[in-house]
Amino acid sequence: MKKGLISGLGCGAIAAIAIGIFIVISILFGMNFNNKAVALEENVGEAWGNVQTSYQRRNDLIGNLVNTVKGAADFERKTLTEVIEARAKATSISIDPNNITPEQLAQYNQVQGGLSGALKSLLVTVERYPELKSNQNFLKLQDELTSTENTIQTARTRYNEAIKPYNIHIKTFPNSLLAGILNFDSKPYFDSESGAEQPVDVEFDFN
Amino acid sequence: MQFPITNTRFKPFILALTITFLVFNIGFAQFNIPEIPEEQTSVYDYVGLLSKNEKINLERKLIKYSDTTSTQIVVAIIGSTKGENIGLLTPRWAHKWGVGQAKEDNGVFILLARDDRQIWISPGYGVEDRLTAGIVGEIVRNVIIPEFKNGDYFQGLNKGTDAIFDVLTGAYKGARKADKNNSPFGFFFLLIIIFIIIMISKNRRGGGGNNGRGGNRHGGFDIWDAIILSNMGRGGFGSRSGGGFSGGGGFGGGFGGGGFSGGGAGGSW
Repeated sequence: MKKGLISGLGCGAIAAIAIGIFIVISILFGMNFNNKAVALEENVGEAWGNVQTSYQRRNDLIGNLVNTVKGAADFERKTLTEVIEARAKATSISIDPNNITPEQLAQYNQVQGGLSGALKSLLVTVERYPELKSNQNFLKLQDELTSTENTIQTARTRYNEAIKPYNIHIKTFPNSLLAGILNFDSKPYFDSESGAEQPVDVEFDFN
Repeated sequence: MQFPITNTRFKPFILALTITFLVFNIGFAQFNIPEIPEEQTSVYDYVGLLSKNEKINLERKLIKYSDTTSTQIVVAIIGSTKGENIGLLTPRWAHKWGVGQAKEDNGVFILLARDDRQIWISPGYGVEDRLTAGIVGEIVRNVIIPEFKNGDYFQGLNKGTDAIFDVLTGAYKGARKADKNNSPFGFFFLLIIIFIIIMISKNRRGGGGNNGRGGNRHGGFDIWDAIILSNMGRGGFGSRSGGGFSGGGGFGGGFGGGGFSGGGAGGSW
């Protein structure tokens, strides 16, 4: 009976030590998980910032473009108005980088894609105005727009690249349990822009 | 009678198949950016477009420029982008190689695709404010393309890079003023501080009161000196190089890891 008691105590101590070790390991594991997730999320936030900056830059340029085109050519009002409206729509949407939902991103994508489409048709129409095509300011604006489109593409690609390690980190098995507790949601990828399946490079090239 | 019918039935199918193959061919043909070369220099002529002398001339010029300003300008000449958009390929390539210093992001990458008859110039983050797409586009249109149209690729690149130097040096002063860390004012301020400290230390020595406190003071001066010197080293004034430059072989410190946003401009001829 005595023997049983001692061995019972031993079992209790072993169990306590085991639980202690388990708790320490879980805390270390949790900290490790949390810190890495935070760092990766920070990268995603930064990449998203670049996406927004490049889109913002395009919006600014479109303002200049509209003015230049308006002044230089008696322009088709319809095309211009479409661009202006699409731009207004695009500027009205902003997304909090810490809380990007797939729906929000899809909406953002659609609105920006709409603007890309309107811009494309504007630039195609512009081709009919030779005085614009020889206007140095207009040519510069065109270069800026092309450059910005490429920056947008690059920023989107890098955003998707930044998301991948983050999503893998929080979705793989033991981590996925903690991700739920600590509120790390997976982040949505950018699909290719709706309404502008191709990057707008060909249309800009009027040489 | 049934043969012609099946034939016409098959025709669109075969056509679709051909188109699919063509599209996939274009889709799959991707340009593989070369790995970062062992010897990191300023001109990579993969297709032998420039003569040996021309290549060395251009290379030396760009390395010398990097030596005095730490701004790395790299020219790569390829046959074709294999259907890729050169405007996206150029900054991707530049970013992969990390042209320019990491801290200043002052790289410029020029990609010439001989058979596509296209050229593209992408500036790093740190020089984008001066080498805007509009200005780069103008250089390409007015300086580079006319020479290329005459078939003189070297002159095009030579004059084009000169124009880039002009833009960078021309706006250099203006940009420096805005940059509070590296402003010339700060440099003069440091000079004045050094001067004052030297005067103080001379005064002390002149006074001859070389007791324990004076000795301590002297130690303080050494620390100041070290801080000032290290600051000067980081400032990146004209005389600094990216880490010492060897003969004519390449960039001294190699590519510094500069970043590229994806912007840039170019044209075709």
